[in-house]
Formats: sequence, structure tokens, C-alpha cells
Amino acid sequence: MNMKVNLAGVTLKNPVMTASGTFGSGQEYAEIVDLNQVGAVVTKGVANIPWEGNATPRIAETYGGMLNAVGLQNPGIDVFVQRDIPFLIQYDTKIIVNVCGRTTEDYCQVVERLSDQPVDMLEINISCPNVKEGGIAFGQDPRAVEAITREVKKYARQPVIMKLSPNVTDIAEMARAAEAGGADALSLINTLTGMKIDIHKRTFALANKTGGLSGPAIHPVAVRMVYQTAHAVKLPIIGMGGIAAAEDAIEMLLAGATAVAVGTANFANPTATVEIVEGIRRYMEAYGIEDVVELIGAVR
Amino acid sequence: MAEKFKEQAVVIRQEELAYGIYSMWLKTDKIAAQARAGQFISLYCRDKSRMLPRPISICQVDAADNALRIVYRVAGKGTEEFSTLGTGKEIEIVGPLGNGFPKKDKKAFLIGGGIGIPPMLQLARELTCEKQIILGYRDTLFLQEDFRGLGKVYIATEDGSYGTEGNVLDAIRENGLTADIVYACGPTPMLRAIKQFAAERGMECWLSLEEKMACGIGACLACVCRSREKDSHTNVNNKRICKEGPVFRAEEVDIG
Repeated sequence: MNMKVNLAGVTLKNPVMTASGTFGSGQEYAEIVDLNQVGAVVTKGVANIPWEGNATPRIAETYGGMLNAVGLQNPGIDVFVQRDIPFLIQYDTKIIVNVCGRTTEDYCQVVERLSDQPVDMLEINISCPNVKEGGIAFGQDPRAVEAITREVKKYARQPVIMKLSPNVTDIAEMARAAEAGGADALSLINTLTGMKIDIHKRTFALANKTGGLSGPAIHPVAVRMVYQTAHAVKLPIIGMGGIAAAEDAIEMLLAGATAVAVGTANFANPTATVEIVEGIRRYMEAYGIEDVVELIGAVR
Repeated sequence: MAEKFKEQAVVIRQEELAYGIYSMWLKTDKIAAQARAGQFISLYCRDKSRMLPRPISICQVDAADNALRIVYRVAGKGTEEFSTLGTGKEIEIVGPLGNGFPKKDKKAFLIGGGIGIPPMLQLARELTCEKQIILGYRDTLFLQEDFRGLGKVYIATEDGSYGTEGNVLDAIRENGLTADIVYACGPTPMLRAIKQFAAERGMECWLSLEEKMACGIGACLACVCRSREKDSHTNVNNKRICKEGPVFRAEEVDIG
């Protein structure tokens, strides 16, 4: 049985990866999860300089999901290169570094810094709803998506994945813009902007007032957007958004994703990633599917 | 680094100590044997519409029997679900998490306020120094009997129904108590006042903080607090309460 998939020239041992921001750089989860069993580890977003993130509370649980407004706290690329990459290369898994920034130059600086590093792919976060500058500011205008993709590609030595926001009218338009800019792959969806109010304290549940909604509650939205995007562009897609079980991951593959990322489910079940890999294997056995690639985009 | 485990724990027994305050003993495989005062466990709901684990501090450890006790307040649907679990029911937990209280051989105040009282019980059991245990309640007492024999116990109630009328610092002043070190857990306004009280008297002070958490193991960066120095892991002035804490030296952290 083949579980390998080819993502923009990079071979993953299986199509299951971690979703950025939910897994740190793997150190903490490595105490509970065998990182050798996942297709790739996608790191938490890293910027050119350290970011302090937002005030607390940064998260709130919602029905079937959660809101977060962490605000891309990160230690900066220097610490990341010195500490996190050496940790990750010990494992037999692919390393995908999520890159964030406030300006195009910030993104390019990080991408350039990573050019001689042993990382397999770059995921460019132009879709974080929780920071005022950068992030989503680049992700809601197709011209901006195309422009930043083109700039980042000038500095990138590894394949570039553009991570798209669902907070747009037409996801296909954003996907085509990234493709036009030279993206090698797409990740979708990032979180949906939401709000929760604490009725007892009569205040916002998050210090940032709004946050990004993730978890099973958003899964059908993600499946729809992956499907639409798969039919709009030729680029391989990493599908994410509320994947909590193998069934959700398989659904995403059938909709057109080449790989899937597991995010919020790691909080509900720290071993979710490896259980999903095993669940896909069992599904393939049950249906006599020899190659996981047969599932990709099989529902048209 | 201390090991942590994901386990199906089994409820040994559960009882309601006071209105909405529950005591649950759990049989664990490995967690209890590793657990120390001031650490916590993450408890997972069966109803998967509630995704996030509930971090609850460890109240008492019976290492010989691999059992641990939590005493918690029903604050929402997750803790309400836990409160219905009877003897023999299973619950998924991860732990032990965080760092416990440092144990110094100095004349100590152990101060607990409200639902911050439970971790003080295990601390009182582990500390061998001279202990003055100060417990603050709004009105209804719970767990105070369990501290008997572990140190001299002082109680404050906001409504004056028992002990000193007022807060834990009022109880300390009313009884003319002194100590060289303070260990405290409770609501933030209480911790803020204790931090100032200790600083004015040059006392060593350790506080157990809480914040909304998602992963509970240091990956998601939800539960941070502001720190005076740049943290060596985060490389900014934020410390992870679940990982570097929940117990911090008072001067290290900014609690508003």
C-alpha cells in the first residue's frame, strides 16, 4: 500500500502534516507523539524579528471549535534557525517553515535567511486575521497576493506554499493570483474571523475582541473551498480546517487536497496526527485502495 | 525534563464538598507517581463539541496507590460533565504538567484563595518546614478539614461567617503572623496584593498563575504572562504559564 504523496516535488511519507501554530516547532509534542510518523511538521509562524503577540486571553472555546488571537508570537528567525531547525532535522519527517511578516521585506528577509537551511518547504502566511499589519492585509486582495508571491519567490530556494484566507468573497480568485505569482502549492484554509462575548462579565472573550475560528465547526467550509480551489488552479493543495479524524482527512483528499494538515485537533487529542495516519491506512485497506493518490480529487 | 503521559484514568470516587465544588480521586497508571505539589493535569471532555482540555491543579497525591485528587469548581459545561462521573468511569488526562512549587526549608505562609486552595493541600503535605496555612473563602468553607495536622490553619471569609472577616492578608495582620517565604494560589487580585505584601517585607514569594489554555504543554502560546526578563524560550517578555509555570517567583512576572 502506498501512502506517499508528491507535494510540489517533495515526497511526503504520508499526506498528514501538522497545521502551523498548533504544534510549536514540534519539541513539546515530541514528548507525546512520534514525529517520525507524520508526513511533515509545519512550524509556528516565524518572522524576521521576535514578536510578542497579543494580550491575553488569547483563546476561547466555542461549540465544536475555538477562537484564537495569539497574534503570531514568535522568537524570531535567529533563534528559530539556531534551536528549532536542529531539533527537527533529527526526525525522519519533512520540515515546512511557516513565515510571517508585517511587510513584504520582512517576509523576504526570512525566506532568504532560510535559503541555505535544511528545510523542505516554506509556507507563507498571508492570512492571519489576528495582527494589524501584514498577515491578512496581503491575503484579501488578489493583486497583493500575486505581488507578494512573486517577491517571495525571488528569494526562495525551497518550494513556496501560499497559505490562503477563507475571509474572502472568492477563494478561487486568490488561488489564481498566487498561481500567477509563481506559487508552488497552496494551503487552505486559515481561520475564519469570529467573535465571542462573555455574557457574565459582559466583555469580549478575547483581549483582541476578534479571533480566528478553527476546529470541526469550520470543516465543511474548508472542504468547499478546497474543492473550489482544486478546480480553479493546477497547484497541489494542502487542505486544512477542522480535521479531527481520518474521515475528515479523507474527505479533504477526495475534495482535491494532495495533503492535509491537522491543527486544533492536536489540542483535543495530542496524538490526533498519528491516529489520522493510521485511520487513512485502515480506510484504504477496507476499500482495497492501493495508492493514496487515487483518493486525491476523486470526487469531482 | 519531567515526563508526561496521556492516560485513561479511572474515577475512584467523587463527592461534592460544597455547592459546585467537587473532589475527585483518580486512579492513574504513571501520572500520580510523578506528580508534585503545584503541578496540574489536563482533563478531556467526552463531548467532543468541547475540544479543549481543562487544566486543573493537583490537590493531593497518593503515590503508593498511583492515585491523585483534584478539587475543582464547576465553571461551565466541561467541568459540569466531569462532576457527573461516578466511580469506575474513565476520563482521559495528560500530566503531570508544569513545574511545581519549589520547596524551601523556611518558615512559610501557604496561602490559598477560593479554588486556589486545593494545590496548597499537597504543598502542605510535601513541605517539612514550619507552616502557617491561610485559607480565604467568600462564604462557604471547603477542604479546610484536610489541612488539619499539616500546620497552623487560619481562615478568612469575605462575609465574616468564619474566622477573620476580610481576605487572607487581613487574617495575617489580625493574627500578627510572620514568615520568610510565601507560596500562594488564588484569584489575580489576591496574588497582586500578596506580591506587594511580600515585596514590602522582603519575603521570598512564589505565585501559581492561571490563564486560558489550549494545548497545556507549551506549544500553542495561548497561556502566556508578561515577564520582567526576556524568556529564554520565547525570546520575548512572555512566559508560558503551562510550561515555565504555573508557579513563578513573584518578581519574575507582571500580574498587572
